[in-house]
Amino acid sequence: MCCTNIRGSYRNSGSDSDRSFGALALYLKPKTLQEAVSLLAAPGGQILAGGTDFYPALGERLPRGNVIDISVLSEIRGISYDDQYIRIGGLTTWSEVIRTPLPCCLDALKAAAREIGSVQIQNRGTVAGNLCNASPAADGVPPLLALDAELELSSTDGLRRMQLGEFITGNRKTMRRPGEILAAILIPRKIEDAVSSFLKLGARKYLVISISMVAAVVQQNHAALVSEARVAVGSCSAMARRLSELEKDLIGKPLQQGIGATVRPEHLASLSPIDDVRATADYRRDASLTLVRRALEACAGRA
Amino acid sequence: MVTAQGPPGHSDLEAISFVVNEQGCQIATSGVRRLSRVLREDLGLTGTKVGCDAGDCGACTVLLNGEPVCACLVPAGQVSGCEVTTVEGLAARTPLLGRLQQSFLAHGAAQCGACTPGMLVAATALLEKNSSPNEAEVMEAIGGVLCRCTGYGKIVSAIIEANVTRSEPVSPEAGAAVGARLIRLDGQRKVDGTEIFGADETPAETLAVRVIRCPHHRARFQFGDLDGFVADHPGVESVLTAKDVPGIDCYGVIPKFADQPVFAHREARFRGEAVAAVVGEPDALEALDAAAFPVRWEELPPIMTIDEGLAEDAPRIHRHRDQNVLVRGRVVRGDVDRAVAESEIVVEGDYETGFVEHAYIEPEAGFARRVGDTIEIQACTQSPYMDRADIAKILGVPPERVRIVPTAVGGGFGSKLDLSIQPFVALAAWKSNQPVRMVYSRTESIVSTTKRHPARMKLRAAANRAGKLTALDFSADFNTGAYSSWGPTVAGRVPVHASGPYYVPHYRALTRAVHTNIVPAGAFRGFGVPQAAIAQEQVYDDLADEVGMDRLEFRILNSLENETPTVTGQLLGEGVGIRACFEALRPKWLAARKTAAEFNSKAAGPLRQGVGVAGMWYGCGNTSLPNPSTVRIGLKRDGRIALHQGAVDIGQGSNTVVTQICADAVGAQITHFDLVSADTAITPDCGKTSASRQTFITGKAAHMAGVKLRESILKLGGACKCGMIEFGSRGVRVVENGKSRELQLKDLPLDQHGYVITCEATFDPPITPLDEDGQGTPYAVYGFGAHMAEIEVDVELGTVRVLKVTAAHDVGRAINPTLIEGQIEGGVAQGLGMALMEEFFPGKGENLHDYLIPSAGDVPPVESILIEDPSSIGPFGAKGIGEQAVIPTAPAILNAIHDAVGVRIHRIPATPDRVRAAILAKANGAAHG
Repeated sequence: MCCTNIRGSYRNSGSDSDRSFGALALYLKPKTLQEAVSLLAAPGGQILAGGTDFYPALGERLPRGNVIDISVLSEIRGISYDDQYIRIGGLTTWSEVIRTPLPCCLDALKAAAREIGSVQIQNRGTVAGNLCNASPAADGVPPLLALDAELELSSTDGLRRMQLGEFITGNRKTMRRPGEILAAILIPRKIEDAVSSFLKLGARKYLVISISMVAAVVQQNHAALVSEARVAVGSCSAMARRLSELEKDLIGKPLQQGIGATVRPEHLASLSPIDDVRATADYRRDASLTLVRRALEACAGRA
Repeated sequence: MVTAQGPPGHSDLEAISFVVNEQGCQIATSGVRRLSRVLREDLGLTGTKVGCDAGDCGACTVLLNGEPVCACLVPAGQVSGCEVTTVEGLAARTPLLGRLQQSFLAHGAAQCGACTPGMLVAATALLEKNSSPNEAEVMEAIGGVLCRCTGYGKIVSAIIEANVTRSEPVSPEAGAAVGARLIRLDGQRKVDGTEIFGADETPAETLAVRVIRCPHHRARFQFGDLDGFVADHPGVESVLTAKDVPGIDCYGVIPKFADQPVFAHREARFRGEAVAAVVGEPDALEALDAAAFPVRWEELPPIMTIDEGLAEDAPRIHRHRDQNVLVRGRVVRGDVDRAVAESEIVVEGDYETGFVEHAYIEPEAGFARRVGDTIEIQACTQSPYMDRADIAKILGVPPERVRIVPTAVGGGFGSKLDLSIQPFVALAAWKSNQPVRMVYSRTESIVSTTKRHPARMKLRAAANRAGKLTALDFSADFNTGAYSSWGPTVAGRVPVHASGPYYVPHYRALTRAVHTNIVPAGAFRGFGVPQAAIAQEQVYDDLADEVGMDRLEFRILNSLENETPTVTGQLLGEGVGIRACFEALRPKWLAARKTAAEFNSKAAGPLRQGVGVAGMWYGCGNTSLPNPSTVRIGLKRDGRIALHQGAVDIGQGSNTVVTQICADAVGAQITHFDLVSADTAITPDCGKTSASRQTFITGKAAHMAGVKLRESILKLGGACKCGMIEFGSRGVRVVENGKSRELQLKDLPLDQHGYVITCEATFDPPITPLDEDGQGTPYAVYGFGAHMAEIEVDVELGTVRVLKVTAAHDVGRAINPTLIEGQIEGGVAQGLGMALMEEFFPGKGENLHDYLIPSAGDVPPVESILIEDPSSIGPFGAKGIGEQAVIPTAPAILNAIHDAVGVRIHRIPATPDRVRAAILAKANGAAHG
């Protein structure tokens, strides 16, 4: 097989006029974060990393404008530790999250990683991409929200820190400025030995968008009582939500079988689910209650 | 360093070097181009299939540095310096992967073959890390690749057993092909990536066509300056609209009801309807922003539901169809009202089903070219001769000037019976005198091609205290969408079948197909019978409960027999194998019921198990209409046999089954046959691949032609009919009374077909028209079957997991048991999808992540039990299986849900929210009294 082929499929049929098809994509592949943010400083640039959201969003259209492929920025890939934080580079793929040995507070994140799309998607999709795409059904968000994750955003103006809870502001809306790259996800280590769980509910086994999902991270004290609890529910609001009333009510409860009974419907009052092709809003609320109870029971089972 | 730059506003080219299938290559392309495109279009590696362009189906799975990825989501710029392996490169990687491909063949793991490359690649990634994976590991590995044909079981087994050393497959002895588990004859090309599907060939200098479709359910429209649009867009050659249709701009699969234009005239009747097509250079069209097309839409209030269509003041979607009723169906026998009034036990039920999308992995694709005064269309299709007739009509030329060359079909299930890309490429090629190619995107496929009819059904069923069925009163309305398609067939077939495979002395079934402003509903595996069975089998379950009888025994008691009349008054006289199917389930039913009862009695958690059963019958072939198949075979001078059979193999296996039948009729080994598959220029008409007719009808024609050839050869050898023929590698010998004589074929003249002897046979099943009460002989042969589903319901979440399906089918004679199991397992998977997750909402979710079909993890083990109660009409007694297999699964699952948690799901699919709502309603009802 001869594989040499010089064919510019994106070229305008030999025409030097652009009025017909508009400006097609300019593909740029910076080697460093600094280079990337300076390219991104020009207006109209889009970030391309794992491609798992970039291409589906295009549909049948071709990309236009500057496409800045950040996939080779090794400085923002991989998982590392410092005194205070577990640092997940933005480009870290879900497969890397699954493969890397991590403290048990990240069991929920690993479980979520295994439920994202398929192995093919996990091999390509990045943690930062999942957050920046900000789908209400993003599987990565509830566990990271429950871990009080902080984000590090990089631009030509330098670094900016932000809580994940503040970063996502709505359905596919974030606080990311056009010139920023989500460089890292920082997970505070103070509860890294907390137990965690993640449950996803969908209408089929693989390749499924969540109807609802729940992540729970629970820390116990020496007396096996809950000292800190974080519970987040996804797919039931424009963005995933923490159940703060429930988290308060869980404190002091024995972390053992039966803990799920603490959860009452009112605890889910902050959710605002909708009817869509996957399920009704009523069902989402009802099923989420069950999932929250089960997620807490699963934590108790691991304690 | 930034690797490439061009002036703003211009596309840029990257020089990208990478290794593909162990060979280095360099291409110049945009870094943002999808790897799937690079592989298929630039490198000609068309073994990698594109099913969705969104990571939802996994068909395009390749290995990138040894890890599976969806090639549609990988930018070309990211493979620089990497190693890519496609299906074409698997066998060379290690001997293990060659064995994996052979294992796929031996297990029958490839049906249509569209998902097969993705499956093989995903399995490779697993086997390279783990050479003896267990079932769970295999499931995880292939969970990201969807298959619509197989139900996954055979794929999983093939991967688990990839390392099993297997002997070279041996071709059956002459006369022993029927009944053999012969590897499908077109199998090798499905596992090595060389099979040609609709999108896999691109003629040189081809143009492309893009269709402009209505974005509203109903809209009036007006074009702007089309000439200006063409002039302003370099690379665009022309725009086609209704004005450009030279012939009759009105097509449809049933000529009497034809009503669909190639392009809408002034008003579009559904979202997705074509109004114009832009023809031009492929690159220019790919880059074209469809929003720039000059058309102004005026949205009009649409008719979306059956009730809106039937409303007194509803506008007519087609002027000549009063109340928007396309057609009515009717079968009446006895006196239903009286029988119901006099019966001791009466049960009523209302059931509703939604639109179901075929979701084959291969979207519609193909090309057309003008060859002299003929137009040739190479495309995926289930019905080459019907395509030919309609294209001839549209172009205004005689049918002989249209040639249809079907490619391999990556799944059809009924939707590829209708025209899709064909009129567009044909018109564009006819006008431009250049080849024109078109490949539907997944979204285009979903918005514009047919769906399963939603049904709204109302039933009253009655029995006496002894449990004998006395009457069924059935009515159904079908949402048939904007155009007729197969609506008349659904409305006609359902009344014949709505009794189920039972003796029902008093019967009335009335149906209507009602137009709405929705994409046409058409043919989908079973033509409405699966919907009817969902209602009827649940109502019969309730009837059995009211009588106080075991639900299986109730069905056995009422089973149709050879000598009891059907609801159309037909006495089949033989081959009524339904009772045998139910009886085969009996021991399994008793055991499963016991297991479920034990589980439930101990269950402390939210899980409850249940067991359900449902029966099925299905007439093979067209309903009371002629549907002949003609098969031609020729003896060549080298003693080989050419089999011209025009049945399109859409994955079900007709290429193989028809050859097996013909081989045994002739008395030659399969290896002596050269297959000439469907092509309207070189094969006679074998009708459409639908209605479970190919094994039965084309198979019978092949049998008749084979017998004729055998007799002709014996005659040529001077022997009587009882003589023997030996087909050897060096020629053909005729043996009689111990005397053997070599035929001197080389010296014989060739006939008009180029053969020494040509034999042709036509078979058209003996049927009669139905009278005004639907009485008569609609089909010559019926297939029968019964499924048992064992399920588990999570009562708190309403989720249903199917644990096992046991499927007993009377197939008359199992020509190829492996292929039949494949049909059954795939049918179960589609039935499961229809029962639990599949519903298309017009205007929403036009993709494969909102529209869900079962994944590998959703389909349980399927145990097939083959009953052979032969029909003397079919070849070697065979009956159809394609549609039979899908019908009983959904009602069996729905009955199992009722068995487990005591609720009836009246709106299908039984999604978690609906099941949970029913459970809560029942609990509340109980709480309130």
